[in-house]
Amino acid sequence: MINFVLLISRQGKVRLTKWYSPYSQKERSKVIRELSGLILARGPKLCNFVEWRGYKVVYRRYASLYFCMCINADDNELEILEIIHHFVEILDRYFGSVCELDLIFNFHKAYYILDEILIAGELQESSKKTVARLIAAQDSLVEAAKEQASSVSNMIAQVTK
Amino acid sequence: MEQLKTIGRELAMGSQGGGWTGQSKEFLDLVKSIGEARSKAEEDRIILREIESLRRRIAEPDVPRRRMKEYIIRLVYAEMLGHDASFGYIHAVKMTHDDSLSLKRTGYLAVTLFLSDDHDLIILIVNTIQKDLRSDNYLIVCAALVAACKLINEETIPAVLPQVVDLLAHPKEAVRKKAVMALHRFYQRSPASVSHLISNFRKRLCDNDPGVMGATLCPLFDLITADVNSYKDLVISFVSILKQVTERRLPKVYDYHQMPAPFIQIKLLKILALLGSGDKQASGHIYNVLGDLFRKCESSSNIGNAVLYECICCVSSIHPNAKLLDAAAESTSKFLKSDSHNLKYMGIDALGRLIKINPDIAEEHQLAVIDCLEDPDDTLKRKTFELLYKMTKSTNVEVIVDRMIDYMISINDNHYKTEIASRCVELAEQFAPSNQWFIQTMNKVFAHAGDLVNVRVAHNLMRLIAEGFGEDDEGADSQLRSSAVNSYLRILGEPKLPSLFLQVICWVLGEYGISDGKYSASYIIGKLCDVTEAHLCNDTVKAYAISAIMKICAFEIAAGRKVEMLPECQSLIDELSASHSTDLQQRAYELQASLCLDSQTVEIVMPLDASCEDIEVDRNLSFLNSFVQQSIEKGARPYIPESERSSMFSVSNYKSHYQHEASSHTLRFEAYELPKPAPTPATPQISVSTRITDLVPVPEMTYYTENNQASKLPPVSDASSADHGIKLHLDGVQKKWGRPTYSSSSSTSSSSEKKINGVTHLDGVSLQSRGTSYDSKGQQSEVSAEKQKLAASLFGASAGKTEKKPTSTQRAPKANTATAERPGVTGAVSPEISKQKAASSPSPDLLDLGEPITATTTTIDPFEQLEGLIGPTPGTSTLDNSVTTSEQKAPDLMALYTDTPPSSSSSIGSASGDIHSADKNLQMAKNVPAIKKGPNPQDSLQKDATARHVGVTPTGNNPNLFRDLLG
Repeated sequence: MINFVLLISRQGKVRLTKWYSPYSQKERSKVIRELSGLILARGPKLCNFVEWRGYKVVYRRYASLYFCMCINADDNELEILEIIHHFVEILDRYFGSVCELDLIFNFHKAYYILDEILIAGELQESSKKTVARLIAAQDSLVEAAKEQASSVSNMIAQVTK
Repeated sequence: MEQLKTIGRELAMGSQGGGWTGQSKEFLDLVKSIGEARSKAEEDRIILREIESLRRRIAEPDVPRRRMKEYIIRLVYAEMLGHDASFGYIHAVKMTHDDSLSLKRTGYLAVTLFLSDDHDLIILIVNTIQKDLRSDNYLIVCAALVAACKLINEETIPAVLPQVVDLLAHPKEAVRKKAVMALHRFYQRSPASVSHLISNFRKRLCDNDPGVMGATLCPLFDLITADVNSYKDLVISFVSILKQVTERRLPKVYDYHQMPAPFIQIKLLKILALLGSGDKQASGHIYNVLGDLFRKCESSSNIGNAVLYECICCVSSIHPNAKLLDAAAESTSKFLKSDSHNLKYMGIDALGRLIKINPDIAEEHQLAVIDCLEDPDDTLKRKTFELLYKMTKSTNVEVIVDRMIDYMISINDNHYKTEIASRCVELAEQFAPSNQWFIQTMNKVFAHAGDLVNVRVAHNLMRLIAEGFGEDDEGADSQLRSSAVNSYLRILGEPKLPSLFLQVICWVLGEYGISDGKYSASYIIGKLCDVTEAHLCNDTVKAYAISAIMKICAFEIAAGRKVEMLPECQSLIDELSASHSTDLQQRAYELQASLCLDSQTVEIVMPLDASCEDIEVDRNLSFLNSFVQQSIEKGARPYIPESERSSMFSVSNYKSHYQHEASSHTLRFEAYELPKPAPTPATPQISVSTRITDLVPVPEMTYYTENNQASKLPPVSDASSADHGIKLHLDGVQKKWGRPTYSSSSSTSSSSEKKINGVTHLDGVSLQSRGTSYDSKGQQSEVSAEKQKLAASLFGASAGKTEKKPTSTQRAPKANTATAERPGVTGAVSPEISKQKAASSPSPDLLDLGEPITATTTTIDPFEQLEGLIGPTPGTSTLDNSVTTSEQKAPDLMALYTDTPPSSSSSIGSASGDIHSADKNLQMAKNVPAIKKGPNPQDSLQKDATARHVGVTPTGNNPNLFRDLLG
């Protein structure tokens, strides 16, 4: 089971956090501090895994962004590495050549996408197409609702003018 | 430029459509300023300001819903950066009630990120979730299910359970899948709540949609872990699903890097490993498909290796099959021979699994294992230590434990230090070749990780030294003890020692410091006094030290020698008699008291080397019978047990109540109310006795006065009993139970106390029982069955070497490897231990750890062939290329971007070459040509333009932000 997902930039800035196991706000800050110190300091040729507090943290660097997932000691690290890649590929497909800036400004969208891939710390969908279709459906519905809302509010605005 | 920026901003404000301009200017500015913050402190300041303004604005009346949505997202942002935004939780909860999907989704997202499942606000959301689960819009149902997974706790499960179960039959597969996952979560929260629904999971396994089937494997895995036997019938189904998956019967969309549904394969393999474990018949069904997998899996891709690794795990878990074991060993050796650290790591792990079945497999990989041990990568090193720990036997324990201790000393990570220290202790206890070595090893562990190891390790060590190695060889035992004493006296010279270690030292010096006659009593006492002064020691250490001094004095007195009191010792006693800790006080007084006793009494009080004697607790206090009898004859009232007393209490209460009424204007000396009956039988009497002491001179808490007190008390209480009937019964009790301080000691008093009877020896009794109970406290409570076995295993190892029987289930596998060890190795290896360093023989045995074998590691560019497998590790050659080409392309830009992080050439290259430049992650793209269309210059340019519009220009601070994550 995945206990949490962290996205940290090369400078140690937090880009996204998702906690599947209960951690208090204080613990979260501590975890992030500890792990960014641990992971950012690692050289390029080393393992993509770090043993930490009896758990294992699998990380993978994309450009200047580190994707980290904390798993239990008996999980398959290579699989998690590929789940990270799966996530990045879906992000890439959604944003179209995703870059860190996309995630910075659209972190909430990244959350929606993550919610379609992982649920309660388990991989729920391994088909990129299915995830993409679902996200698109949600977006289009949201857009439609938005347009409707704005047109209504326009009308109201005109009427009340 | 400034003008351009403002125009850009206006543009951004105007266009709500493209890029990241869904949010307001303010929000974009916030994110931007956070991005440009140069320190954590600056970032915190910005966020705190933002939180303040949000707190104000969110509470304003009639905030438009769209605006509110953005506020909520900004709160999420603040929380993500580690700040408290709890004031806004309620608004997020409100937002989940909204009709619009967009707002509802934002609300749900925020609450799942904000709230833990025990938060008070959950109760307000349950209703909404219930409603949304019934919605016609499947997207709303999905959002509600995701929220339910995070927020529904044990108490609220029943509220949504029926609806979630209904959703298992929903026409949309996305809903079915999420319903399965939600039920899985409910199962994790409270297995009982969904126990009647397990058949539903079985049904969903046959779902038409592979996604739903794949999701069902998650709960099934948990269920099977909990109870394997109820699911044996599914083995055939799982095998056939796995077969179909590997035969590419699933839709193409589930392929991942040309592998058919690898994530589902892995999950299935995990389940099969559980089902086949220790079950020959079930394993028989699995062999075939596993064999296919070993053949089919290509080891050139990362995901292929992930599946292969899972196959190895499965093979090592199910009933062994020679052919499959060979295939697994072959894959493992491929992992180990790989240049990728990731694969080596997996290889070491796989090897650890396989040697449980066949220890010989490790043989051919010794060099690789040693390489990993020498590797600078900590992760790999630790994994290798784990493997060595599994491989330890009595022939190699010295080398392995020495290695472990060296590593333990070199690291700072306390968590791991604790783990490795306890492993060292465990191995040393299990396989120690000699007493000398054992003591030295334990000294090292304690000296470097003393405060981290478990207390019971220290007790174990003390017990071991006390009991010896189990044989009837007194000589060896005393040798062990004197070597321990010698080493401890030497170690005491060191400036800083952990408290736990000092405790052990004090105890051993106290018990055995003078037993071999090598050191004089005053020398040891002097050392012990130094311990309490030189080291910043806590009360526990002081207590150990003073008890040790007492023991030595007692031994001396018992032997008929005179104890001369050293001045420092006297001052220590004086200091401790005035200590704030009652425990220390008592020990100091006890020591002083024991000095005045004659040698016979002392010998009974503090028998020599009696720490291993069993202490029988005489709960009936029968040794006091004659004393009680005497008192009764003198006219004291007999003791009435508590059970018979309760009725009297109420009567006397009633009486005393009347008396209070009468004298309500005078001072009351009575206790206000009866204390609650405590679980221990001693307490009620004591508390009752305090009722008397109000009227009676308060007994002092020192020993010396006790005799007088004891004889004085009965008549006094008799006198007072004229007023209060209740106290009449307490005469005998008072004497029998003593005062509160002694109640504990008398309950642990030893059988030898029987010899001393009556009041006159009372302090002798309590003294003795205190003294012995102190020493025995550690052992008595710690001597659990498990530890006895542990010690037994240690003895076995030292004497019979490898002929060690598994002593407990926990250690069974290791013991097996020890017994299964090939006889040849023992012979060839043992001489090498002695001349380890000088070993010139080329024998590639594990024990040659001291020998530098670096030739195999010196591969110049090991990552060339694995390029593309592991993303973040760049092939150096490509990196160089990218740098040079980009330099040629845009030399002028280079000057603009000064790279802040020490990521050096790689980021410079990308900065100057902008998005088009050959990225260091290019391999990734190469790896997935089918899915990825590669970097899209147009896209990136567009994004860049929007960024500039919004005002988020990469100000040289971090041009990396624009780099495509996938090259």
